[in-house]
Amino acid sequence: MTSRTRTIKVDALARVEGEGALYVKIKDDQVQEVRLRIYEPPRFFEAFLRGRRYVEAPDLTSRICGICPVAYQMSACAAMEDACGVEVDDRIRALRRLLYCGEWIESHVLHIYMLHAPDFLGYAGVIPMARDHPQVVERGLRLKKVGNDLMTLIGGREVHPINERVGGFYRAPARREFTAIAERLRWACDAARETVRWVATFPCPEFTQDYEFVSLRQPGEYPIDRGRIVSDHGLDIDVRDYGDHFAEEHVPHSNALHSRLQTRGAYCVGPLARYSLNADALSPIARDAAREAGLGAVCRNPFQSIVVRAVETLYACDEALRLIDAYEPPDPPAADVPPRAGTGHGCTEAPRGILYHRYTIDDEGGIADATIVPPTSQNQAQIEADLRRLVQASLALPNDELTWRCEQAVRNYDPCISCATHFLTLHIERV
Amino acid sequence: MRDALPHAAHRAGVAFHPQRALVIGVGNAYRRDDAAGLVAGRRLAAAAAGRVTVREASGEGAGLLDAWEGAGLVILIDAVHSGARAGTVRRVDARAEAVPAGFFRYSTHAFGVAEAVELGRALGRLPDRLIVFGIEGKDFTAGVGLSPAVERGVARVVRRALAEIDADAARRGPRPQEG
Repeated sequence: MTSRTRTIKVDALARVEGEGALYVKIKDDQVQEVRLRIYEPPRFFEAFLRGRRYVEAPDLTSRICGICPVAYQMSACAAMEDACGVEVDDRIRALRRLLYCGEWIESHVLHIYMLHAPDFLGYAGVIPMARDHPQVVERGLRLKKVGNDLMTLIGGREVHPINERVGGFYRAPARREFTAIAERLRWACDAARETVRWVATFPCPEFTQDYEFVSLRQPGEYPIDRGRIVSDHGLDIDVRDYGDHFAEEHVPHSNALHSRLQTRGAYCVGPLARYSLNADALSPIARDAAREAGLGAVCRNPFQSIVVRAVETLYACDEALRLIDAYEPPDPPAADVPPRAGTGHGCTEAPRGILYHRYTIDDEGGIADATIVPPTSQNQAQIEADLRRLVQASLALPNDELTWRCEQAVRNYDPCISCATHFLTLHIERV
Repeated sequence: MRDALPHAAHRAGVAFHPQRALVIGVGNAYRRDDAAGLVAGRRLAAAAAGRVTVREASGEGAGLLDAWEGAGLVILIDAVHSGARAGTVRRVDARAEAVPAGFFRYSTHAFGVAEAVELGRALGRLPDRLIVFGIEGKDFTAGVGLSPAVERGVARVVRRALAEIDADAARRGPRPQEG
């Protein structure tokens, strides 16, 4: 038999938020190499946080991402409050969770409608999809706007909100300010439910992985803003013990550090992990929608992440309504958080999975050390593992379909480099 | 105490007069030449006060569809990174022709100005008139301040945009007194 080599190469476009590429080498029907290359230059956030004041961390780190700035603010605040030994009251926590719901809605809807759905329906992007399905795309845009407007109402603006601070908020909205958005959130619940039904009809490859799912877990609530770090392989730790169980390592082909469980290697964070570890904590309406969509209590098919994301969107709309209904403005809007020397840890559920921050500060609040582990970094090794198995199982597909399937598989994770994957130029070489 | 959440006049969500032209300046103020659209918008706000509404946008596509909803003439200005000489101005009548993909440098998750225009076209959500000015930038590194050639490009765009606004007003004829 002649030796045959296939190479799948993906060159990415230059972009501010993330630059990535994909390379798969197949020889004699065996996948030999899979590399998700993230070559965006390092941005040195952890280094330039040193010497800044502890109260600056939320605003500085929120600039890491325009899609999930709230996640950065929340994890930074949690870590600083932990370092200073302050716990915020329930009203502040509820308002934070409400703001976070806005980000989940905005981020999930962007990914479902604009980036991922075209993969399943055979379109190169959302624009040709909109020509055939204008009402569906309009629904997505309107739904996303509800999330944006919730963020603007609480955070002051829809991208990089400015109202959050260590200890709470600069200003707490009055109850009446939520009247109009509550009305729209009721519409959004219906639209999100329709979204679940819509994505549940998508053709989905038969593919499951034996993941180790890692997410937060907090008794009685679906994890967003707090909880212990748990996995389905028995991990159950306080956020402060993160460093004892996870390690970041540099691999030559990526400028983003790969995060691994020290004893078991790759793991999976994000909607699939959250859902599979916390489905029992969803609200009744979200649980019904999940059941109707055919999701079991655990979901190991990464191509169904779009369905889980839709269920979480519905949950976020429903949870936002619950929080608005129970809302009492925190007074004062922020707790006093005087600095004290020490190390603090914070972890919250960004739309793409857990986001961990650790800071060491001195007794005047100067930052001596900072560590930030974003979800995309944690999923990199798992994305490569998915691709390896997927390509091996799909060798019979013609080149264009295999390439398409690979891109779709990367987008299952909604990584911050997904911006690039929509413009990838792919070359498959047969030797 | 100062309101922690003031409503800035240049942000989306501020009502504009439907008879007035809407100028949308797009860009990142902290990426040097990427701010060209923002600077041009601010100059137009001063030069055509009372005749235009000016908004600023980051280039996030979905937000642009909302920003121009209900507007008559929309002039959108953004920095371009196409390989042309710095300061080169390109005008696209977006109702008549497509905005080339990849024309604009910045986008959020691959959904920026060009995609917003094409999505608006697919959904029937383009304004009556949409003129896009691209100003070729040179330096998109972190920092503030425009390159000299880009400064000159901004001045040219301001002049041409004012001419568009005047021509549009003349087409519409005298408008009723504002209340």
